[in-house]
Amino acid sequence: MASELDIFVGNTTLIDEDVYRLWLDGYSVSDAVALRVRSGILEQTGATAAVLQSDTMDHYRTFQMLERLLHAPPKLLHQLIFQIPPSRQALLIERYYAFDEAFVREVLGKKLSKGTKKDLDDISTKTGITLKSCRRQFDNFKRVFKVVEEMRGSLVDNIQQHFLLSDRLARDYAAIVFFANNRFETGKKKLQYLSFGDFAFCAELMIQNWTLGAVDPQADDMDMDLDKEFLQDLKELKVLVADKDLLDLHKSLVCTALRGKLGVFSEMEANFKNLSRGLVNVAAKLTHNKDVRDLFVDLVEKFVEPCRSDHWPLNDVRLFLNQYSASVHSLDGFRHQALWDRYMGTLRGCLLRLCHD
Amino acid sequence: MPGKLKVKIVAGRHLPVMDRASDLTDAFVEVKFGNTTFKTDVYLKSLNPQWNSEWFKFEVDDEDLQDEPLQITVLDHDTYSANDAIGKVYIDIDPLLYSEAATVISGWFPIYDTIHGIRGEINVVVKVDLFNDLNRFRQSSCGIKFFCTTSIPKCYRAVIIHGFVEELVVNEDPEYQWIDRIRTPRASNEARQRLISLMSGELQRKIGLKVLEMRGNAVVGYLQCFDLEGESGLVVRAIGTACTLDKLSSPAAFLPACNSPSKEMKEIPFNEDPNPNTHSSGPSTPLKNQTYSFSPSKSYSRQSSSSDTDLSLTPKTGMGSGSAGKEGGPFKALLRQQTQSALEQREFPFFTLTAFPPGFLVHVGGVVSARSVKLLDRIHNPDEPETRDAWWAEIRQEIKSHAKALGCHAVVGYSESTSICEEVCILSASGTAAVLNPRFLQDGTVEGCLEQRLEENLPAGCGFCHIPYDELNMPFPAHLTYCYNCRKQKVPDVLFTTIDLPMDAAVIGKGCLIQARLCRLKKKAQAEANATAISNLLPFMEYEVHTQLMNKLKLKGMNALFGLRIQISVGENMLMGLASATGVYLAALPTPGGIQIAGKTPNDGSYEQHISHMQKKINDTIAKNKELYEINPPEICEEIIGSPIPEPRQRSRLLRSQSESSDEVTELDLSHGKKDAFVLEIDDTDAMEDVHSLLTDVPPPSGFYSCNTEIMPGINNWTSEIQMFTSVRVIRLSSLNLTNQALNKNFNDLCENLLKSLYFKLRSMIPCCLCHVNFTVSLPEDELIQVTVTAVAITFDKNQALQTTKTHAEKSLQRASTDNEELLQFPLELCSDSLPSHPFPPAKEHLESASSNSGIPAAQRDRCSSWIELIKLKAQTIRRGSIKTTVTVEKASPVGEGNFRNRSSPPCANSTVGVVKMTPLSFIPGAKITKYLGIINMFFIRETTSLREEGGVSGFLHAFIAEVFAMVRAHVAALGGNAVVSYIMKQCVFMENPNKNQAQCLINVSGDAVVFVRESELEVVSTQQPAATCQPSCTGGEVTT
Repeated sequence: MASELDIFVGNTTLIDEDVYRLWLDGYSVSDAVALRVRSGILEQTGATAAVLQSDTMDHYRTFQMLERLLHAPPKLLHQLIFQIPPSRQALLIERYYAFDEAFVREVLGKKLSKGTKKDLDDISTKTGITLKSCRRQFDNFKRVFKVVEEMRGSLVDNIQQHFLLSDRLARDYAAIVFFANNRFETGKKKLQYLSFGDFAFCAELMIQNWTLGAVDPQADDMDMDLDKEFLQDLKELKVLVADKDLLDLHKSLVCTALRGKLGVFSEMEANFKNLSRGLVNVAAKLTHNKDVRDLFVDLVEKFVEPCRSDHWPLNDVRLFLNQYSASVHSLDGFRHQALWDRYMGTLRGCLLRLCHD
Repeated sequence: MPGKLKVKIVAGRHLPVMDRASDLTDAFVEVKFGNTTFKTDVYLKSLNPQWNSEWFKFEVDDEDLQDEPLQITVLDHDTYSANDAIGKVYIDIDPLLYSEAATVISGWFPIYDTIHGIRGEINVVVKVDLFNDLNRFRQSSCGIKFFCTTSIPKCYRAVIIHGFVEELVVNEDPEYQWIDRIRTPRASNEARQRLISLMSGELQRKIGLKVLEMRGNAVVGYLQCFDLEGESGLVVRAIGTACTLDKLSSPAAFLPACNSPSKEMKEIPFNEDPNPNTHSSGPSTPLKNQTYSFSPSKSYSRQSSSSDTDLSLTPKTGMGSGSAGKEGGPFKALLRQQTQSALEQREFPFFTLTAFPPGFLVHVGGVVSARSVKLLDRIHNPDEPETRDAWWAEIRQEIKSHAKALGCHAVVGYSESTSICEEVCILSASGTAAVLNPRFLQDGTVEGCLEQRLEENLPAGCGFCHIPYDELNMPFPAHLTYCYNCRKQKVPDVLFTTIDLPMDAAVIGKGCLIQARLCRLKKKAQAEANATAISNLLPFMEYEVHTQLMNKLKLKGMNALFGLRIQISVGENMLMGLASATGVYLAALPTPGGIQIAGKTPNDGSYEQHISHMQKKINDTIAKNKELYEINPPEICEEIIGSPIPEPRQRSRLLRSQSESSDEVTELDLSHGKKDAFVLEIDDTDAMEDVHSLLTDVPPPSGFYSCNTEIMPGINNWTSEIQMFTSVRVIRLSSLNLTNQALNKNFNDLCENLLKSLYFKLRSMIPCCLCHVNFTVSLPEDELIQVTVTAVAITFDKNQALQTTKTHAEKSLQRASTDNEELLQFPLELCSDSLPSHPFPPAKEHLESASSNSGIPAAQRDRCSSWIELIKLKAQTIRRGSIKTTVTVEKASPVGEGNFRNRSSPPCANSTVGVVKMTPLSFIPGAKITKYLGIINMFFIRETTSLREEGGVSGFLHAFIAEVFAMVRAHVAALGGNAVVSYIMKQCVFMENPNKNQAQCLINVSGDAVVFVRESELEVVSTQQPAATCQPSCTGGEVTT
């Protein structure tokens, strides 16, 4: 006596959050049933395994039908087939677009292409996230990317408008899209200690200050691409390290200001020129795409690692970077104050975020 | 030219991509009504076209307005080849034809294609300008309102209830026409959808004409069904109750009414004689619950045979001997009236209503039903549907005569159904025999009646339980006692009805869903032989279904069934029976006895042990159920009830049939105290199985209740959350173990598992009640059983429940006791000898006495059942190839407080824009229906040739049902409504052919589109409102909610 057909359709579509999570996590029906059994639901409700199986199948079928709509969330709001209360709709969308930290770290900065998609099974093996879930997350990234790619206006706003995500999630997606577009390298071993949150923080600063949108709110792709002119101009900063007088003056200004305030003063004094050279060279190199991609690798190599090897406390890093940026204003021979601020203002925030274990 | 239909096509959205190259669509729209077609411009390259068309105007007859649907077709323009259809929308413009309903249809409609399902939406505006026609030979019946609701709709008052209207139209089924071989499935499906839409329109118009003839203005309880007879054609038939309704529009109209509920209450049983002067004790017989009278002329011959066979419309003859002695003047008046109204109604005093205005229902006699097996032949002339008409007329006649035999002149809660397999068709009709108050049946002054009635004040709440037939001349053996409420009239010990529990009925505890399920194998046969085989099986099935119901009812410790619906479905090689009803404990009826098990071989020790073990289990179950459903009937001293002495004739019969087990039975009885016992004989494994299956029904998990009536007796504080759902299951039986027993088990498991799944799915709504649980079973293929359930889950407030029930109970008891006091004095003076001299138990005892049964009359104790006789009776059922069986079931009576419908709703949550509620009930908890917008009656076909790709049968049907819901909601929203009440899925015919990767499904749904307003939003409106909301919502006269 096998059930040939077994369905339940409510006038208000029933959404079981737990089953939805299992479905999103890519479990098969039988795995999901097993997991639900393990959760003790049978004991709580007095149901049988057959009931659970039927219930799970039913929810899975509903989710499959909803998935098409979830690909374009505004459709979910306007469609007539499933009557779902607004709060539930929001939950469906938010959960569908949520992603795993472990997964996003793997693909962050990678091109969202077929090639990457092929590597998903490796990622799945490595992270323990089911392949199905990896695919969903990858497709979400790609879908959002495709939709907002050529749009005007704020990246976060566009994402929010077209995918109806919460502010938090929309910001995360903006970071993902920004990283994918600029192909920042995040997979190197020395970057492994960084979380998605660290990168997202940097992405937000960079979007705010370094993109076309930062100067021209009407530009196409304004939040996606870095401001080419700005990157070009960054070469001008080279003078800070190339001009020996300027470098010495800068150093003495910083040292004077920080003497007695820094626990690692002597190390700083000894390292100043190296650090400054590192930071300015990173800026100067950003004209090349290759170097843009390596931005985070360079920052870690040139600044974070030296600091770490000398055991700089975070507060000292902050004091140093503040002073380092501010002192440039007192360098009379230096004419690119605004440029320096646009560069260093963002970089200072990023570096502080990157300086942890 | 009495009407101008105006249509405007505004826009489309979410259209499918029709041109792969551009990923876009060049859409345009054809608007067709009758033979006229208009087209919009082509809107190039868009999935969201903005046509913004002019007003397309159709000048049409009102006859066409009623019959024809507006047909809107969305197409993709193609320069080189034929235009591709995207899909269609059919709009029934009937709601625009009544003055009070919708004035405009405007909104987004899903574009539906029978192959692809919903493909985008289209925004349409439809208006109708009706010219005043002062017409003469009308073919149209514009303006007659139709309601699916089987009670007087909430914002109306019934002035007159005219009675039964029926009509059927037949046609060839396009699916079986020769042309179907050459046209596409899509064309065939569309032809069918259109035809059925046309036929429904025609049917509705014809019924409307009949209503006009009767001078009514509305049809309530309108039920329209399709019979897909295959080769022999397509029948669309409908029944309903013609009424004259008054709209309660201004507060002035309803306030007086709702201010005087007590008055209304009092006059309810106006024509019941307060003075019971005949007191012959009722016969005590074991058979009373299982009386089957097949071929009424035989089994009822004891009664006045003239009434049974005589088809004349003078019920006087039938009633004369039965009740004249007992209920004098008023009854005669009623009869006169009835004769009159019967004439008015053209032969059938039937009512499709299941709930009535207060005072309408006087007595209930019991369930009457009739079935007939017919061989289908091709309908030769669609304009002369005489054969089908004759078939139904025959059945109705039988129902009518059964009702007469029960001393009743009317049938309420009446319904008809069919089950078709190949060329065999079972026609079924059932209803509840009743005596009605003529006040609503006649033209004239309600006020006048009202005043008259006020003088006679009678106990409310138990009147309907009192037997309408003459106890000396009973149509079937029954066990009568004095009403436990008023003590004056006789009541049976069990009452089965097809109606909802009357508002004012006194109920103890809560109710529950009771189902009997049964399968019978049958040999495959052709034509006549097949029909005969089915006919032979039917009586046995009816009997067994009835026995199961009885046993389960006793197991629950209850004594009445409401909303009984017995469905017998026919398949190639089996018959299925499914009966659903809501069991309750009516305070007016005696406490049901337990169930006794009797073994056949008393010598065998281990067997004995086994039996006693089973007995214990049964007793435990009864005790548990009583606790679960809070059944604590008041303790009553034995002497209070005039202990009925068994009528000698019945008695002897009892003994004769009792045979060898009778001794044992007495023994067991003794051990069981004075309880009325229902004995199950376990003489073979079959019977064992039966007992087991009795015990396998699992009660719903805690926090859940279920019933198949409108509302759950004993729960009265509904909160506003409702969830309507449809669940479908199909199982394939393995052909290896096809025995009756295995079948029964499979079927039973199927239903039980389905219920369990529902409870599990809806667990987040606890505490909640599944109301109006409607099971339908069908046998689509040889080894397939399909069960479809539609119901609504309603949450209620548990804490508040306790409080309100308590206060209610208190109030009711107070009232009951005062009533009783008043009443006691009166009869005592008149005929003190006939009444118990004991003082009536004080109200307090009602609460205190637990479920002690010590007060049960001694005479009841030796009741037991022997079924052999019934089987014998049934043997006489074959009548010239078309066989009918009839079940006549008892009646009983409740007392007192029917206010379980008091819906004290806490402040409701915000009602989101665009949400359309659907419910099979006639009301929406915590809300007030302010307007009825018209009937929704929709028929859809969906077919696929890519079943696997659409997720298999489950995926296919799941999507389809979701689409049907969506289309219903869209139509309601376009009418300006926010809910569908009395929603019903009348048909869900599913066929699959997995080998060909194909499936097809037909669904027919209907309901009433309404506008409701949350009570919380109404609070400002008036202070009178609370009074109105406590009013039972089904009462027509004063309903204001």
